[in-house]
Amino acid sequence: MQPMTNGSNRRDPAPSRWSYRIQRLWLTPTFRQLMRVGLPMASAFFFAAWFLNDPGTREAISEKVAEIRRSVAERPEFMVKLMAVDGASAELAEDIREVLPVDFPLSSFDLDLDQMKLVVEDLDAVATVDLRIRPGGVLHLQVVERLPAVVWRVDGMLELLDETGRRVAPLAARGQRADLPLIVGEGADDAVPEALSLLSAAAPLEDRLRGLVRMGERRWDVVLDRNQRIMLPETGAVEALEQMIALDQAQEMLARDLASVDMRNVQRPTLRMAPHAVTELRRIKALELGEPLQ
Amino acid sequence: MNDLYQSQRAMRNMRQAAMQRGVIAILDIGTSKIACLVLRFDGPGHSRENDGVGSLAGQSSFRVIGAATTRSRGVRFGEIDAMQETERAIRTAVQAAQKMANVRVDHVIASFSGANPRSYGLAGAIDLHDTVVSEHDVARVLASCDVPDIGEGREVLHAQPVNFALDHRSGMGDPRGQIGNRLACDMHLLTIDADVIHNLLYCIKRCDMELAGIASSAYTSGIASLVEDEQELGAACIDMGGGATGLSIFIKKQMIYADSVRLGGDHVTQDISKGLQVPLAVAERIKTFYGGVVATGMDDREMIEIGGETGDWEHDRRTVSRSELIGIMRPRVEEILEEVRARLDGAGFEHLPSQQIVLTGGASQIPGLDGLAPKILGNQVRIGRPLRVQGLPQAATGAAFASCVGLALFAAHPQDEWWDFEMPIDRYPARSLKRAVKWFRDNW
Repeated sequence: MQPMTNGSNRRDPAPSRWSYRIQRLWLTPTFRQLMRVGLPMASAFFFAAWFLNDPGTREAISEKVAEIRRSVAERPEFMVKLMAVDGASAELAEDIREVLPVDFPLSSFDLDLDQMKLVVEDLDAVATVDLRIRPGGVLHLQVVERLPAVVWRVDGMLELLDETGRRVAPLAARGQRADLPLIVGEGADDAVPEALSLLSAAAPLEDRLRGLVRMGERRWDVVLDRNQRIMLPETGAVEALEQMIALDQAQEMLARDLASVDMRNVQRPTLRMAPHAVTELRRIKALELGEPLQ
Repeated sequence: MNDLYQSQRAMRNMRQAAMQRGVIAILDIGTSKIACLVLRFDGPGHSRENDGVGSLAGQSSFRVIGAATTRSRGVRFGEIDAMQETERAIRTAVQAAQKMANVRVDHVIASFSGANPRSYGLAGAIDLHDTVVSEHDVARVLASCDVPDIGEGREVLHAQPVNFALDHRSGMGDPRGQIGNRLACDMHLLTIDADVIHNLLYCIKRCDMELAGIASSAYTSGIASLVEDEQELGAACIDMGGGATGLSIFIKKQMIYADSVRLGGDHVTQDISKGLQVPLAVAERIKTFYGGVVATGMDDREMIEIGGETGDWEHDRRTVSRSELIGIMRPRVEEILEEVRARLDGAGFEHLPSQQIVLTGGASQIPGLDGLAPKILGNQVRIGRPLRVQGLPQAATGAAFASCVGLALFAAHPQDEWWDFEMPIDRYPARSLKRAVKWFRDNW
């Protein structure tokens, strides 16, 4: 029998059972993949997690990153030294400088142009603005101002509105902008385009026109001098006004002593006469019919 | 018999699983060397472009991707003798082959030469229920073969149907689908010692592998070294190994007889060692370098240093002439061949239409054997080398690797055996049902 223990010092060429098993394990594709990819990835992950576990390390890293970023951002090539505002009136430019509190010189990396654009466009008097950083360290704002189209009186205050109904600026006295038409009433600012088309349709009545009144936030009254009112429907207001003007031109209706013309039902314009005119009419009728006077 | 059927079927399933994984190992456990090949099965068109006809008529659906040979330890006469030693040798070979293939192999098909193989010819016949022969009928006729008493402690290694006869038409390879009344079959049964299989199973299990098949090396070397027409017309393959010489007789591409002579090249080495008083390793070296079986006048003058390490100058400077060496080797080779001749005669080889004999195996490389063998075995003798298979290293293409290559071919295209057919229902033991009924009766 062979000796049970390998007593002779002759090397056994056969692999031991364990080395054989380990070699077979290494030849297993999944194990190999796990060891070649999974283990390094897992160990890297754990090492990173252990390293970042300390808040001091995290702070140091973020500080270092911030420092590097700053050293790049503060190069003179990236510095913005002044702001130029184009296309704005003096007081608007002043407002813009007020709402953009930028301390120059500043790195262009620290300028959030989109945010600044939103801030500037929040100003009522600004329609659009283009911001760009021009070479030479100039922050250039190209502003397009809103143009006031109407004066709006509500709650005893006067506002200037542009043609879309956006507020442009407050107004101290109506007389300052006598060239602009007047609209009145709650919710009138929501219907400024309609008001403008009504006003252009009312051009033949221009010398008599006092203004437009928004009634119940849904329809317009045209107010003329002598407190005459033309009540317009909710829809088709322009057509109703044109019809009214045609009536006026044919029969000089508005020149008569009317309190109001109700055009809310376009099929059937309704007149309300002034009180004096009513008594006068009754008197004439009585005379015609020969009834005794009271 | 039933156990065997189940275990062989399990091995076939294992082989199927290995095919699906695409990698299988071949292990030839010989007396002088243990060879391990790792085969990769890719199917056609994978390892080489598919031009319609595969090389070797489609036999090369596999490719050898790993090969290793190691000196055998603990094997005598082709049987495992010292299990630990053999296990280590198997491990060495398998590890080296795996390393070369760079793939882990879990399934192994093994062959060995010893274990007293004994051949039986079985015959069976049934009347067909239907006129058309179905696969079930084939299974039935195989099951109807009356098994001889194979003896205590023996197992069936191969049970191959070699011939089918339908009514009076004989010599059919495949009777399925044919019409007739009576189906008969001849089956070749090869039995071996059960202990040898158990030892082998144990060794392979200790190597963490599963046995996916088992074959006699006489059979596999016949597959590898007989060319197709020899297998068809009738031939014997003599695999002269180290510890045992296997012989297998083929006709109509079926093995009909296999046997093994417990003599081989190692006995020649032993004779040299004893005759020249040299260690076995030196004797082996002298045999491989200077060996021969036919002496000529030139050989008297060719002196061989046989050396020694005793320190005695006279003893360490000994020389022998090559004719002396041949004089030692020849009687033993003659003895082997005569023993083979006796086995062939016993098997009735002389009744075969063609009596081609192919010598292969490591010991067939002795120079001059092609002159000696015809004197004993008859005229039609040639020295055979195994088929070339794809990817086999040059070092493993020699005659010594015939059974290895044959085993690879066997793994790729196994012969239909008895256990490849479903066992007919009536063959299932009725006893188990009775036992269940009895258990119920006893317990309730």
